[in-house]
Amino acid sequence: MMSSNYKSDFPVFGAYKDLVYLDNAATTQKPRQVLEAVEKYYREENANPLRGLYGLSVKATDAYENAREAVRKFIGAKSTKEIVFTRNASESLNLIAYSFGRAFINEGDEILVAISEHHSNFLPWQILAKEKGAVLKFLECGRQGEYTEEALRAALTPRTKLFAAAQVSNVFGRINPIKRFAEICHENGTLIVCDGAQSVPHMPVDVAELDVDMLAFSGHKMFAPMGIGVLYGREELLEKMPPFLYGGEMIEYVTREGATYAELPHKFEAGTVNVGGAVGLHAAIDYINSIGFENIVRREDELTALAFGKMQEVPYVNIIGGESAVCHSGIITFTIDGVHPHDIAAIFDSDNIAIRAGHHCAQPLHQHLAVQSTARMSLAFYNDEEDIERFIKTLSTIRRRMGYGG
Amino acid sequence: MADNFYNEVLLDHNLHPQHLHELSCATCSNAGLNPTCGDSLTLHLNIEDGVIKDGSFTGVGCAVSQASADIMLDLIIGRSVEEAKHLCRLFGKMISGEITDDELEELEEASALANISKMPARVKCATLSWKTLEQMISEIQAAE
Repeated sequence: MMSSNYKSDFPVFGAYKDLVYLDNAATTQKPRQVLEAVEKYYREENANPLRGLYGLSVKATDAYENAREAVRKFIGAKSTKEIVFTRNASESLNLIAYSFGRAFINEGDEILVAISEHHSNFLPWQILAKEKGAVLKFLECGRQGEYTEEALRAALTPRTKLFAAAQVSNVFGRINPIKRFAEICHENGTLIVCDGAQSVPHMPVDVAELDVDMLAFSGHKMFAPMGIGVLYGREELLEKMPPFLYGGEMIEYVTREGATYAELPHKFEAGTVNVGGAVGLHAAIDYINSIGFENIVRREDELTALAFGKMQEVPYVNIIGGESAVCHSGIITFTIDGVHPHDIAAIFDSDNIAIRAGHHCAQPLHQHLAVQSTARMSLAFYNDEEDIERFIKTLSTIRRRMGYGG
Repeated sequence: MADNFYNEVLLDHNLHPQHLHELSCATCSNAGLNPTCGDSLTLHLNIEDGVIKDGSFTGVGCAVSQASADIMLDLIIGRSVEEAKHLCRLFGKMISGEITDDELEELEEASALANISKMPARVKCATLSWKTLEQMISEIQAAE
């Protein structure tokens, strides 16, 4: 097994030599390559883009649009018109609900949401359904987090306008068969909105191959800065959707009575945009490509298998979801008998190990599974065997440190 | 860090709470919720003539919230509502790090939770039962 030195690319591990960072599903650390690209942009290329009448503004515009092209290529979209920059996956999903939802979802229409969705891919639909008098329905998963094609077929009706599901659940770490889901939805005339926040950073995602209608993801979970995210939407769909935010940069012509809106994708990007963030995302994509998904996936699978196997051996530890490591792609959610997840996280923290505890923004799922709350460790390729060893070592001591004997 | 506040007092109250049960003689019950930890706790009190005769709590939560509730009930059962209100105020001062040594003594075992002030994410766990009690008292006093 190769022991990587990827950590040397990440300054945070130089600053905190003892840190074991296992909260990558919440946000990843940032490599030097990204930090330097952002700094270079602000040092040498910063101006307000898109209305550039001078050289520096043209540079800023180029930096921004080059980032868009890098994203297009990264996810296999047909055109840069299909790539809208947002703040994060949550904003992308809200954009769809506000713009598409308010224009095209009507009273009595049905919206189907997978029960394991993050609140970001659930609340916008809940609110929309309430406003429009539409019906919100849930696709239920099994104990291992699995969804079946039969259940999806049974849940779809002629009135189902839209199905919202994540490619990888942020609780189970399970990869959902989005390509099959898209086929089934399309046979029914239903659109599929995919939350790619946990998949795009960790595996090759190609929108043409998956054939999803919309895909949302965040830069900060893929080594880019916080505050830059992406909405992919099919061009013909985005074309007929009304703007989401109104203001500068998104108009063509404005009079006292009305306005015409800018071409895609600028129609959805009101106000001065986050060029620095887009440049950082571009650098993050280059960084991911330089390592290669082949290596990233292999490394994360190795570490997941190692952690999963050892966790199974620790008494009183219960893993949520799939019964084998391959169902977990870098995310292992668990409980310990008799210890509240927030106490688990606090004890890990005292050993300088960062994990997440709570509902992971998926309360309906926790209700469905009848668990109060859970703890979650999540990996990235830069983690190593020593991180897993330390994680397991602390995990094995938690019950004792909470006062349980034996 | 964390090990400093998981001291014996806290661990003992969490593992062996004396007051975690229903209270059939309760004259009032109030629910409190801490969404960050998912702690949900209901406080039950039997108040007669301005004195807390008995009390209990039900619900689920992290060790900090459970122990804090149990310690609080130890402290307030048998005291007047006014005294309980005063202790709530002192507990708040302790968590915000503004308490004097004399005041800390008044809090007895609850002073074992003083280190929570260094873990901002857990402050809500520690204060949940106390805030619920404060709310309950102010509702009772407003109704009078």
